Amino acid sequence: MTDIAPRAVTSGGRRRPGGGPRAGTVIAFLTPFFLPFVLFYLVPVGYALWQSFRVVRRTGGQYGTSYTTFGGFDQYTQVFQNSEFWNSIGRIGLFGIVQVPVMLFVALIMALLLDTPLLKLKAFFRITAFMPYAVPGVIAAIMWSYLYSPQLSPVVDLFQRIGLHPDFLGPGAVLWSAANVSTWLWTGYNMLIMYSALQSIPQELYEAAKIDGASNWTIAWRIKVPIIAPSIVLTTVFSIIGTLQLYAEPAVLRQISSNISSTFTPNMLAYAVASGNNYQQAAAISVVIAVITFVLSFGFMRLTSKKAGL
Amino acid sequence: MALMFLLAVYFLLPVYFLIVAATKPQGELATTNGLAFSHFNLFENLRILFTRSDGIFGRWALNTVVYAVLGAAVGTLISALCGYALAKFRFRGREFLFSVVLGGVLVPTTALALPLFLLFSATGIVNTYLAVFLPSIVSPFGVYLARIFANAAVPQELIESARLDGAGEFRTFFSVSSRLMTPALVTIFLFQFVAIWNNFFLPMVMLQKESLFPITLGLYEWNGQTARAPLLQESVITGSLVSIVPVIIVFILLQRFWRTGLAAGSLK
Repeated sequence: MTDIAPRAVTSGGRRRPGGGPRAGTVIAFLTPFFLPFVLFYLVPVGYALWQSFRVVRRTGGQYGTSYTTFGGFDQYTQVFQNSEFWNSIGRIGLFGIVQVPVMLFVALIMALLLDTPLLKLKAFFRITAFMPYAVPGVIAAIMWSYLYSPQLSPVVDLFQRIGLHPDFLGPGAVLWSAANVSTWLWTGYNMLIMYSALQSIPQELYEAAKIDGASNWTIAWRIKVPIIAPSIVLTTVFSIIGTLQLYAEPAVLRQISSNISSTFTPNMLAYAVASGNNYQQAAAISVVIAVITFVLSFGFMRLTSKKAGL
Repeated sequence: MALMFLLAVYFLLPVYFLIVAATKPQGELATTNGLAFSHFNLFENLRILFTRSDGIFGRWALNTVVYAVLGAAVGTLISALCGYALAKFRFRGREFLFSVVLGGVLVPTTALALPLFLLFSATGIVNTYLAVFLPSIVSPFGVYLARIFANAAVPQELIESARLDGAGEFRTFFSVSSRLMTPALVTIFLFQFVAIWNNFFLPMVMLQKESLFPITLGLYEWNGQTARAPLLQESVITGSLVSIVPVIIVFILLQRFWRTGLAAGSLK
């Protein structure tokens, strides 16, 4: 350790005067990530954009050769005139408006309860809630589909014993059965994000409030919730993105329910259109989904940051 | 307390059902109570699962490990290098590059899969391991986390003194900084492991060859065939159990890393 100074002198010439690394070194650190990032993120995004402005046309009648050419906003006009597209958006909108607040509310309540000194068995509750995060969406949907299926389900059995005959896969219920799978998967994850934020609040804040005579509920709603607002916003944005990307869960439920069409969610529609070899149309649908995701995520962040003054 | 127990039952129910169902002979799935054990047939079910279609399930398990473990390992390394450089090196365009990466977090992976398929089919790597592996190593969220962690865990003075000591930037990173970032690196690894392990759309779009499938895609295909081949049902159930139990155990063992990772991830 005593030879720090001499070595510093001998190696001084290798660096820029500012003391930071040379440009070559910076590039060597960044390239391993940015090369695949450009190839597998930016290029596909650009390619999808380019494809979405192209159309397939034919020369002459039905038997003419086909070729792709620039089509302006033709593909987008078709997307917006497609009733299946609006149906899938409507479905996912309804799903999100109900599922996201319910899930986040339950997650928030759990996080607040875990944060009180009164609750016992904290580690157990934390782990059971978080465990579904380790389960892939496909597997979770398979598990739940067995619990929904009238032949196998012990849950349906229990309902029948008390005289109810729920049809989890029926036309009205199947959307909520899918919503339940998402809720099961992600409540614990969101709970843990909020709980981690709660744990970083200094305890002195509560003590001051207690001296002022605040109850546990007042402390929870007036102090804790506003402080962890940024993490609630974060979980909401993640949930919005997740909802718009919904694919695996409804695709699995579709295997056992005739009430889920191949165009049930926007992503399923994009895949169905791509399978029908209309890649340009599928690209336009993907771009629209991505734009909606951006607008909603940023819109929500803007809205909440203005309101809460964050 | 009662509410928490009710929720715990809700979270445990499907897994408990799966454990019970995986121990039953096929014939008793529909005839016995789904929440009570009957004849213990787990080992026979496992034998059937692993020998079905020339042992394809074992192959799927291996594929899953390759995609998720290798993909997450490479992904963590490149995210860490990039995040560290964005946090600790001063250079022009740094903030711009970071914004581009952050924008990448918002791009839905499902929206990427279709154009990637077209690009990959043009280059002929569709239906190979690489088609799933290569896109999986890119994790903008990993870079975001690595930058936050590097900022919080690696003091600038330490880097300076390593530099004065004559260590090159890579040596400083691997022998000093990466040590300090270890809990963070484990977290990034786990996040990415789960992301790859959960990604179903990409393998579904890229792969037609059954021998390249990850478990999720394989079980999805089997599940779709149960209407015609009801005997597959028991294998789908046993296979689901086999696929989730090891991961759940790893998660419980590593949960203290998760918690620090999530805490840092929730900081804005």
